[in-house]
Amino acid sequence: MAEIATQAAAPEVSASGARPGRASRLIRAVARWAGVLPFGAYVALGLAAPTIAIAIGAFQDNNGHATVSNIDAAVHGTYLTGLKTSIELSVATAIVPGIFGLLIAYAIYTAKRGNVLRRVVITASGVFANFGGVPLAFLFIAALSTTGVVTGWIKDITGGFNIWNHGFTLYNAFGVFFVYMYFQIPLMVLVILPALEGLKPAWREAAQNMGAGPWQYWRYVGGPVLFPSFLGCLLLLFGSAFSAYATAEALTGGTIALTPIQIGALLNGNVLAGQENLGYAMGLIMVVVITIVMIGYTILQRRAARWLR
Amino acid sequence: MAAVASSEQTDIQRAGAPARRRSFPVWRWAILLIAAAYFLIPLYAALRFAGFKAFTQVTSYPSFGSAFGLSLRLAIIATVLTLVLMVPTTVYVHLRLPRIRRVMEAITILPIVIPPIVLIIGVLKVAPGFLLGSPNLLGLEYVVLAMPFAYRSLDAGLRSFDVKTMVEAANSLGAGWPTTLWRVVVPNLRTAMLSATVLTVALVLGEYTMASLDNFQTFPVWIVNFEQNSGPVSVAASLLALFVTWILLMFIVTVGGRSASKRGGGQVQLFTISTQTASHTTGEPE
Repeated sequence: MAEIATQAAAPEVSASGARPGRASRLIRAVARWAGVLPFGAYVALGLAAPTIAIAIGAFQDNNGHATVSNIDAAVHGTYLTGLKTSIELSVATAIVPGIFGLLIAYAIYTAKRGNVLRRVVITASGVFANFGGVPLAFLFIAALSTTGVVTGWIKDITGGFNIWNHGFTLYNAFGVFFVYMYFQIPLMVLVILPALEGLKPAWREAAQNMGAGPWQYWRYVGGPVLFPSFLGCLLLLFGSAFSAYATAEALTGGTIALTPIQIGALLNGNVLAGQENLGYAMGLIMVVVITIVMIGYTILQRRAARWLR
Repeated sequence: MAAVASSEQTDIQRAGAPARRRSFPVWRWAILLIAAAYFLIPLYAALRFAGFKAFTQVTSYPSFGSAFGLSLRLAIIATVLTLVLMVPTTVYVHLRLPRIRRVMEAITILPIVIPPIVLIIGVLKVAPGFLLGSPNLLGLEYVVLAMPFAYRSLDAGLRSFDVKTMVEAANSLGAGWPTTLWRVVVPNLRTAMLSATVLTVALVLGEYTMASLDNFQTFPVWIVNFEQNSGPVSVAASLLALFVTWILLMFIVTVGGRSASKRGGGQVQLFTISTQTASHTTGEPE
């Protein structure tokens, strides 16, 4: 992202620097940028300032002195466990819904354009992908908690088999994983479908003309073209799960050890007063992880764009 | 990938008709049925769990009224601010600074990169005192959260007509900037503004993370708090929240789908737009 910024800014700088009439040019340049000033100010105050404050707070103790003890604490003990669980959970909720979403996308990709089923799936995906947070947690509490409706059905069908007595729970990482799929699968459908549709029928025909079967087509043509997009989408799903807070919080009542939940607990003052800086350190770690993921996503998108035009 | 390929082959063998190589009904139906079960059963279960009575009860609690009222108020603040801030900015960037469109895209994706939980703790750290005790702070911050959606909706809207020619025409006919914006650009951006509005409203009505950390009882926070009193009522309120959001989203999916082939609204284009952008900007006169 920084790279883009410098590229875009470069022509402006050179234009105003080298030639005569520097002052008037400068005034004109300022006037030009004035139109985006309100937006820039809003972003600076509402987005940049809080983020910078966290980055600074992460390296300060309660008296404002510089320290790395917050970062140190954030990568040890329960907080390390939380970070690990968060990352593992996000990897799992990227890969499994990623594959499932790809299958669904493929199922409707093979359908014709005007197909009703196809339209239903795309619309439903658009709606479900935006559906996370509190209501989602309660949907699954109603279905699969100890007194849940589906839990009851399973009891009725099997003659008294209570899944909660046999290792099932909604309130641990597996439960959260199961619930997160609800918005991750449709998100995958939405982001992978354009990539699937970028596969040109001519490639398949060419492969078939040269005697390739479906497996060979996917192994040597479709797969390699699709792979960067697929990986990119997985990274997106990772980011979406990694930064989610509301669903896990509402589902488990804040009892699960995930980094966002731990940050919330530290800053809510539920644990101990004066732990804010530790929360900032964990927040900074989250931002770093997401930034790495998004850079990877951008790189993969560029690679994917080579073929998918 | 292998799974896709192998199921294809078995299906071809079963069907035995090479002409129908690209449609695999059994496989397709199986996967869609599993998906339908996963997505619809919890919904049905929630309806059963809440029961009819809980739905009628929800609105009878005074705390529901104040929580929902607060969420609505925040939605209005955020929507108005989003439109006032983003419409002129996006138009201006299109007309005067087209080269920074990629920068704008990068900036407006940031609220997605920075997790809400992190953003809110930062906001609570730097916000001035007079805002800290007020729910309006949330309204202001929701504008930031809505930026990715709003910017992309408006950007797509501006691309669907020749804004430059229209503005030049308006200017040459003697219209000033405010008139041009209000009477030429805005009417052409109605669909885009509508989807920006709907997305912002849906986002604010469902937002939990920031509101709970800021200790204000918005609608989603109320749902969570109320579970201690009555589970079914919380579930019923969740379903109500869902249906409202869904109706809003379905609305823009349909409107967006009708107005411009692939320039609908919402998350649909949030991450796929960048490849389209690349091809669009290359042909753009500077």
